[in-house]
Amino acid sequence: MAKLTTKQINQYRKIAQQIRLKILEVVYRTKGPHIGSSFSVTDLLVALYFKALNIKPKETHYKNRDIFILSKGHANLALCATLARRGFFSENLLKRFAVNDGLFEYHPNFDPSKGVEVSSGSLGHGLSIGVGMALAAKNERSKRRVFVLVGDGELDEGSNWEAILCASQYGLDNLVLIVDYNKFQILGKTSEVLNLEPLAAKFKSFGWGTREINGHNFPEIIGALSSVPFKKLKPSAVIAHTIKGKGISFMENNNIWHSKHPSEQEYAAALKELSK
Amino acid sequence: MRATFIKILQKLAVRHKDIMLMTADTGYLFNDFKKAHPKQFLNAGIAEANMIGMAAGLSLTGKNVYCYSMSTFLIVRALEQIRIDLCYHNLSVKLLGAGGGLSYGLEGLTHQALEDIALLRALPNMTIFCPGDPVELEAVAKESIDHKGPLYIRFPKDNQPQIHRTSLKIKIGQGIFITKGGRVAIIATGSMLYQAKLAADSLFKKGIKTTLISMPTIKPLDIGLIKRIIKYKAIIVVEEHNIIGGLGDAVGSALMDFGYKGVFKKIGLPDKYVVRVGDYQHLCQKYGLTSEAIMNQILKLNKKYGSGFDKIK
Repeated sequence: MAKLTTKQINQYRKIAQQIRLKILEVVYRTKGPHIGSSFSVTDLLVALYFKALNIKPKETHYKNRDIFILSKGHANLALCATLARRGFFSENLLKRFAVNDGLFEYHPNFDPSKGVEVSSGSLGHGLSIGVGMALAAKNERSKRRVFVLVGDGELDEGSNWEAILCASQYGLDNLVLIVDYNKFQILGKTSEVLNLEPLAAKFKSFGWGTREINGHNFPEIIGALSSVPFKKLKPSAVIAHTIKGKGISFMENNNIWHSKHPSEQEYAAALKELSK
Repeated sequence: MRATFIKILQKLAVRHKDIMLMTADTGYLFNDFKKAHPKQFLNAGIAEANMIGMAAGLSLTGKNVYCYSMSTFLIVRALEQIRIDLCYHNLSVKLLGAGGGLSYGLEGLTHQALEDIALLRALPNMTIFCPGDPVELEAVAKESIDHKGPLYIRFPKDNQPQIHRTSLKIKIGQGIFITKGGRVAIIATGSMLYQAKLAADSLFKKGIKTTLISMPTIKPLDIGLIKRIIKYKAIIVVEEHNIIGGLGDAVGSALMDFGYKGVFKKIGLPDKYVVRVGDYQHLCQKYGLTSEAIMNQILKLNKKYGSGFDKIK
């Protein structure tokens, strides 16, 4: 892959900043949860939707499109804001996020016409669905690839590990799992609830190709996503080290922002930081 | 309500050293319990099936286990562990389910518990209790300690108003008459108790007297109570659950056993998955689970089956 130019990197950063602003605005207006999780995945989503994924926002049903599954459904606001920014639907529709008689909820609802490929929200489903889709693509000799994003806490769910075994068994080199490794889950640090380490070694021992990256560094994210499969005839795991609440200093690595929404003052401070 | 339950449990855990409280990484209500009883608390991670299996192991070796999570993850995700590890072994593990029904409104369908009661009703040995007010909650919290067999407690949305007198003794397995009179009986459970109470009050103001029954225990059903109400001209069951398999069906089939000849109506959630975005109040309104909707249903029945059949005499 050609190296990203500074101009390109700045472009991705700018888009991510715009999406974070949108997320902040919606969370503030609707007093909703999950701002920390949404900021944690924003850069990953930008790299996926503005670079890695083979998609056509105006032709959402085209047959061999790449599939993206947000398995950690609670980052749905980040997904919706990214889809809108990428042109899947008007940014105006974000006014209908988490409001009565609205269009979007805190977790994704299946609607391929808007780019939402799978409903999620209960953790540990997305990867199995992704394995099924990748398997079908292989059978049909389709060029389709399937990208699944899970949270680190989500990996507590045993169903993931059934899928991880399966994907390797079936040689799904068209499947990419991205772990949003922000080191937190609802009630504490991932390392203190159920430690995942050594995580990369776990994937390796299950037969996966693995790469660890900084999930907020565009050259690293795009570099990884552009070099899949990492291993011949094997699925790929991108372990993305991220920061929950990334982008707003007082939200970063502070787990109360899993569910808290900003006060008027906090909103103003966050807005100022993001507008820099 | 959940917080009150955990507070009561915390007090009980002082004398009952065998109590173990587990959560599947949900609920911001365990800090005090954890501080008071660090060895009696465990965060099992986001792994409900494993939590229930572990609970079975702990129970088989003498612990009195309480497992907490959001209702649908706790029950639906871990259903086979509940069926085999808890029910088949008939272990006295308590399942504390947060957010019964539509409570988690804007979180969407994945977080709403709409079929939990139906699934558990079909499991032998299971007891299902849906507290509808703080008095019912306190009763089940205290009785749960010595309850034999698996027990599911389905918490409604927080802060349900008090309906019963504080001194009222409530037992698992017993329905409670709140008002008596007229020829229409309304049976409500959990979150719908307060709405049914408001509906009954409004009907009374319109000159229509009703009998209101709270039925916190859905399984085993209070059959004795059902037998006593077959004389009513109409029986209406209200619950925040799929219309299939909940309290309505339980009451309906018991009524059939007794040869009930009157009018029977279930009020609950439709057997449909639709994307309906809204907060808890909004969804209750859309699905007709409000005092007003309940009242209108009764007025409609009144009109259909002859006026005066439930007028105050």
